[in-house]
Amino acid sequence: MRFLRLVWSNLLKRKLRTALTILSVFVAFLLFGLLSIIQESFNAGVTMAGADRLVVRHRVSLIMLLPVTYGARMRAVPGVDAAVHWTWFNGVYQDDSRNFFGTFPVIPEDFFDMHPEYVFTDADRAAWLSTRTGAVVGRALADRFGWKRGDRIPLNSPLWIKKGEGAWEFDIAGIYEGSKPSTDTSSLFFRYDYFDEARADGEGRVGWYMVRVKDPDRAAEIAAAIDAEFANSPYETKSEPEGAFAQGFIEQIGSIGTMLIAILSAVFFTILLVAGNTMAQAVRERTQEIGVLKAIGFTNSRVMVLVLLESCSIALIGGLGGLGATWLLSAGGSPVPSVLPVFYLPTNAIVTGAVLAVALGLAAGIFPALAAMRLQVSIALRRQA
Amino acid sequence: MIKMINMINWLLQIVSVTGFSVRTIPHRGGASLAAIVGIAGVVAVLVGVLSIAEGFRAAMTVKGPDDVAIVLRSSADNEMTSGLGREEVRLIADAPGLAQDANGPMASGELFVMINLPKRSTGTDANVPLRGVERAAGAVRGGLTLIEGRNLELGRSEVIVGAGAARSFAGLDVGKTIRVGQTDWTIVGVFTGGGGSSESEVWADAAVLQPAYQRGDSFQSVYAKLASPESFATFKDALTADPRLKVKVLRQRAYLAEQSTMLTGFIRSIGYGIAALMALGALFGALNTMYSAVAGRTREIATLRALGFGAAPIVLSVLAESLVLAVVGGALGGAVAFLAFNGFQASTINWQSFSQVAFTFAVTPALLVTAIIWAAVIGLLGGLFPAVRAARLPIASALREG
Repeated sequence: MRFLRLVWSNLLKRKLRTALTILSVFVAFLLFGLLSIIQESFNAGVTMAGADRLVVRHRVSLIMLLPVTYGARMRAVPGVDAAVHWTWFNGVYQDDSRNFFGTFPVIPEDFFDMHPEYVFTDADRAAWLSTRTGAVVGRALADRFGWKRGDRIPLNSPLWIKKGEGAWEFDIAGIYEGSKPSTDTSSLFFRYDYFDEARADGEGRVGWYMVRVKDPDRAAEIAAAIDAEFANSPYETKSEPEGAFAQGFIEQIGSIGTMLIAILSAVFFTILLVAGNTMAQAVRERTQEIGVLKAIGFTNSRVMVLVLLESCSIALIGGLGGLGATWLLSAGGSPVPSVLPVFYLPTNAIVTGAVLAVALGLAAGIFPALAAMRLQVSIALRRQA
Repeated sequence: MIKMINMINWLLQIVSVTGFSVRTIPHRGGASLAAIVGIAGVVAVLVGVLSIAEGFRAAMTVKGPDDVAIVLRSSADNEMTSGLGREEVRLIADAPGLAQDANGPMASGELFVMINLPKRSTGTDANVPLRGVERAAGAVRGGLTLIEGRNLELGRSEVIVGAGAARSFAGLDVGKTIRVGQTDWTIVGVFTGGGGSSESEVWADAAVLQPAYQRGDSFQSVYAKLASPESFATFKDALTADPRLKVKVLRQRAYLAEQSTMLTGFIRSIGYGIAALMALGALFGALNTMYSAVAGRTREIATLRALGFGAAPIVLSVLAESLVLAVVGGALGGAVAFLAFNGFQASTINWQSFSQVAFTFAVTPALLVTAIIWAAVIGLLGGLFPAVRAARLPIASALREG
C-alpha cells in the first residue's frame, strides 16, 4: 500500500505534466473508440447477415425490377425454405432530401418469418396485419422524428407516383426493436398490397428477393440453381449470400472507407508516440531520486515495477477515460442517423482498447524502467538531473 | 531619441534571446521531436482527409462557361429518379434559349441507368453509371476528347467509356465487350472531358439502350446547351410556363454541386472533427514540450533577466521556439500528406445518385495553407502558457535552482 502511495506522489510531483499526458492519452482513446463505432456501423450489414439467407437481384443492376411471380418459382427450387421480396421505395419525408431513411414495401407475414432480427410485440404485429395503410418503423427512426403509434406520416417518392393526386400516407402501426445492438432500426416498412394497388405504374414488379435456404452449407449451390432457373429470361438474376451482398455494398464505398481507417490508425499511433515520449521523459528526469531509493534499500526489480506502475497508471486513466467518454457518447444515440444508423461501442473494442492502454503503459515505461533498474547508485547520486 | 534607442534595444534583446532559444532546439532533441511529430500528424491527417473531399468536388465540377442546362421531372432530385417521355423531350429541345447547330437545337435526351461491373481493385460488383445519349451529347457538354479508339456509331450496340471508369472497373478496355441482358456491347473508345462525373460513366446510344433496360420510349433527363449563360432564364421560364410539361430546369454546375454536397459534407466533417480532436492531443504534447523546455532553462532565463533582459523578449523567445517547432511539424505533415495522397486514384459510391464516381485525391495549395495555419495556432497556444511562466520566474530563487 505504501508502495502505491509512492507511485501516486510521483504522479502528483508534476501535476500539470501528468494532467496533460493523461489528456493526450484520453484523446487518443476517444478517437480509437469513435473509429471502432464507425467501423462497426459500416460493417453492420455483414455482421447481421444470416448465414442461411441469399439476396437475389436483377443480374444487370440492383435498380432493375423483377416480377413478383418469381417468388413462387424460387420457393420451388429444391433446398429453398422461404422467399420474400423487398422494393426500394425512396420515400422522402416533408419534401426534404435530408430526411432520408430506408422505405420498403413488403408482405408482413413473409417479412416476420424471414427477419427475426426485427423484434415486434404481438399487438404491433396484429395492428400491422389489420391496417392496410399501416407501416412499421424502427426504434432509431421513431426516436429521430418523435413518431408514435397511430401517427399518420405523409411521404413523397420521386420513383413511385401514386394513382391520382397527393402524397403517400402511412399510419404507424408498430415500432420494432433490434434483436442486437448492431441491428439497423432506421427503416420504415409498409404493406406491399397497398403499394401495388396504389402505384401508378410498375404493377407486379419488385426490387429484389431475400431467400432462406434449409442448409447453409449448400447456399452456393442453391444460389446457382436459382440463377439457372431464370437464365435466358428477360429478367436474369444474380444470387449471392447476404453477407457477400453486404460486403459488396461496403466495397462500393471503396478505398475511402479503408483510407479513413488507415488515417485514424495513424492518428492514434502518433498521439501514443507523443504521450509515450513524455512519460519516458518524466522517468528519465528522476534518475537521482531513483538512486536515492536504491541507496535506502529498494531492490532492482522493485524500482522497475515502480516505474512501470507509474506509466501504466497514466495510460490506464487516460485510456479508460477515453473509452468511457466514447461509451457515454454512443449511449446518447447516433448524432448522424442518416449516415451512421447503427451507433454503439462494441464490446471487443472495449477489450482491445483496455489491452492497448496497458500495452502503451508498458511500452512507454519499459526502457526507462530497465535503465532505472540497471542504474548504479554511485553514478546516479553524482549525476545532476 | 531615448525612446528610439530603447525601442531598438528592446528589439535587439528579442532577436538575441530568440536566436539563442531557437539555436538550442537540437539540444532538447527528444521533446522537440515529439512536439514536431505530434503537429505533423495533425496536419497530415487534416490535409489527407480533406484532399479526398477536394478531389471528389473537383470531379463533380464543370470547367468553362456555365451554359449547360439539365431538365428533370419536377418531383425528381436526381437523374436516377427522373423520367421524361419522348414527346416531352421534343418539347424541351424546341424551347427558346438553346444554341443551334447544323442539325437543329443542341439538346440530348438521356437515360441514366446502372450496370454491375467489378472494381479493378477488389473484384467486387459496383454500380457503374451507364448513360444513354443522343447525337448532340458530346457537343452540348463540350471538351469531350477521345483518347483511344473512336466515337460510338448511333444505332449499334457500342459504348464509349470515360477515362475514370476505364481505370476503375475491370473489363472496360477498347475491343472488349460488356453484357447487358441478352446483348453484348462492344467498347469502341475511351474519352476524357465532358464535365462533372462524365468520366466515370459508360455511354451508349439512348435508342439502343431503351429496349435493353425495358424503358420503352422514355428518357430521364435532357442536357441542353444554352445560346449563352444568360439565356438560362428564357429557357427555364418557357419550360415551367408550358402546361404540357412538369419539369425542373437546373444549371449543370449547380446540379453537380448539389449532387456532391452529401459526400463532401460528410468527409469534411469527419476530417475537421478528427483533426480538431487530434489538435487537442498535439496541443497537450506541445505544452508539455515547452513547459519542460522552460523548466530546463530556468537558470539560464533567470540569468538573462538578472542581466537586464525584459519579460517581453523572454515571452517572445519561448513563443518563437514553439512556433518554429510547429511550422516545421506543419511543413513536414503537409509534405507527407502531399506525397501519400496527392493524385491517389479512387472511386466511391455517391449515395445521392447511387452510382460510382471515379476521382483523384487533390492536395491543393489552399489546403496546405489551412494546414500551416492550424499548425501555427497549435504552436502559439502551446507556447503561450509556458512563455508566461518563464517571464514570471522569480529571479533570485531561479538562479539558485538546478
